[in-house]
Amino acid sequence: MSRPVRVSPQELRQTLIEAIVEVAPDVDPTTIDPCEDLAEQLALDSVDMLATLVSVNERTGIEIPERDYPKLATLDDAVAYLVHAAVRQVDAAARQEEDSSI
Amino acid sequence: MASTQRQTAANMPDYDAARASFSWEQARAQLSGLPGGGLNIAYEAVDRHAQGPLADTVALRFIRRSGERLELTYAQLLDESERFAGVLRDLGVDRGERVFSLMGRLPELYASALGTLRHGAVFCPLFSAFGPDPVEQRLRLGDARVLVTTPPLYVRKVAHRRERLLGLEHVLLVGDEQEIERITDVEDLRRLMASARRSASIADTRPEEMALLHFTSGTTGTPKGAVHVHEAVVAHHATGALALDLHPQDVFWCTADPGWVTGTSYGIVAPLTHGVCSIVDEADFQVDRWYEILQRERVTVWYTAPTAIRMLMRAGEEVAGEYDLSDLRFVASVGEPLNPEAVEWGRKAFGMPIHDNWWQTETGGIMIANYRSMEVKPGSMGRPLPGIEAAVARRHSKGHPVLARDGTLELVDVGTESGELVLRPGWPSMFRDSLGEQARYRACFRGGWYLTGDLVRRDDEGYFWFVGRGDDVIKSAGHLIGPFEVESALLEHPSVAEAGVIGKPDEIAGELVKAFVSLVPGQTADEELRRELLAFARRRLGSSVAPREIEIVAAVPRNRSGKIMRRLLKARELGLPEGDISTLEPES
Repeated sequence: MSRPVRVSPQELRQTLIEAIVEVAPDVDPTTIDPCEDLAEQLALDSVDMLATLVSVNERTGIEIPERDYPKLATLDDAVAYLVHAAVRQVDAAARQEEDSSI
Repeated sequence: MASTQRQTAANMPDYDAARASFSWEQARAQLSGLPGGGLNIAYEAVDRHAQGPLADTVALRFIRRSGERLELTYAQLLDESERFAGVLRDLGVDRGERVFSLMGRLPELYASALGTLRHGAVFCPLFSAFGPDPVEQRLRLGDARVLVTTPPLYVRKVAHRRERLLGLEHVLLVGDEQEIERITDVEDLRRLMASARRSASIADTRPEEMALLHFTSGTTGTPKGAVHVHEAVVAHHATGALALDLHPQDVFWCTADPGWVTGTSYGIVAPLTHGVCSIVDEADFQVDRWYEILQRERVTVWYTAPTAIRMLMRAGEEVAGEYDLSDLRFVASVGEPLNPEAVEWGRKAFGMPIHDNWWQTETGGIMIANYRSMEVKPGSMGRPLPGIEAAVARRHSKGHPVLARDGTLELVDVGTESGELVLRPGWPSMFRDSLGEQARYRACFRGGWYLTGDLVRRDDEGYFWFVGRGDDVIKSAGHLIGPFEVESALLEHPSVAEAGVIGKPDEIAGELVKAFVSLVPGQTADEELRRELLAFARRRLGSSVAPREIEIVAAVPRNRSGKIMRRLLKARELGLPEGDISTLEPES
């Protein structure tokens, strides 16, 4: 997996919406309530959710372990999760580089 | 507790002995029967426990989305189902009329199912992820008199088609009072139940009276309404004991939704007939939530599906290790064949293999299984239930079973040759009819056997091994999907000329629905149209039935009689040899 780069919350939100619409093109992004459960309001099943998060991972390089999926249940929660995960992963990668250069 | 669970003796310690001595009459004697004669599933599931020492035992424990628990004892479940039956009586619903449900796993769903059976009406559950097309078609085919659903599902999937459903007299909604008040031509179920006079007497149904209606998909034609009768409860109860090893005091969790047959036979009926506590999770699959439920509720017997198991495998077996799952005594799986790796993974994650079993909507209950007392052969379906005679019928290259001169089927002996799995009719939960389609029902039987449509082989120890489907039906995430239903929806789009739908193998879901479409002249194939078609299909069919992939092709291959060559589409998709295509129409 490519190393994650720092991206803004706005960009991550956009990426997530694009991934949702790729899996479920019937979704009108303007109607998504950012605080409501995504699967419930958009009638996404577990296979859709899996495909969406796999696509987000492919687009951003951010690792999303399976057991963290409930933390990405709403749009706002998902963006917050991705922001933190990206920061964590970038920092971890930087530390690793520092370590290996010593 | 942990060690005692695993030391509990299996209900069937010796398969061969059980098979030799089993009779359906004896299985029937395990049930109570109605006091005045007759048989009613609701009585076996609820009344007899509610009127006895299990009255205050928890029958259903709901885990709400919030994680909050809601429990119904057998006595409370009786009260709820008596109220629902009272509502049906007050609405003038007759015996034998169809009551449909379209909702998530809410307590009212279970009260509706049991209250409907109690009233002598017929219960038909629909999967809440179905889109408006499958819902309307099933309501129409099943001649629905009553629909129990929620405000959002009604508004999204039924309201705009209500006037086309002339026989649908009553829509009962479960949800927010004010939201319900804003919708016309519906009634508030909770309000009706609160004021209904309970229906204390249970309908004196005969064993052969229609009780349940489950729609299932075939390769062609409309979905088939498989009719099940009250006598099916004999098989639900017997398989609960033999195949799922249910014991008194068990905590049982069947993860299937009642919108599919497993969620009714084993999510409602079987555990209740055994008087055990049955767990119902209102939410869908989540890794930690599921492990937490297994741990916290001290689940002893767990019946789940391959897709869920493979998702747990993705999360890693070390996650399972974080939970105390020592109460688990038996884990079983159904829905599509469980791959050997998943069976073995169970040993690492749960300390026991996962026991695959096989059955289908038409059989009403488990027919072939890996039992607790028997060695599990990873990847095999197991051996036939005591009381079930199963065989492998030789097939012509065209797919029909080979008939001997005397009209009997030519059977394949053990070995590597595969054929169609056939079952000797006569078990209690066998479907009794395809609603309104007698010819279609009769076509399922040949030479004294029921033809399952599944291709299998049998080894020298009597274990059956799934080889493939004999038809083009798709199994995706445990759901059976008829390609014709998907193709028909796509053909409604003005740009689509032809559509062919297949199951594309998928690591997690088993198969994913993939559609190949050709366009009407003058229509350009581009990404925008492909997305529009995906969206169109999802809006009509719902996420669980709609294609996950659509490929636009120059032409959809057909044979000389015009039939879509789905096999050829699949062979191309998989990069396999295309086989005999001599009957294929030129694609130009």
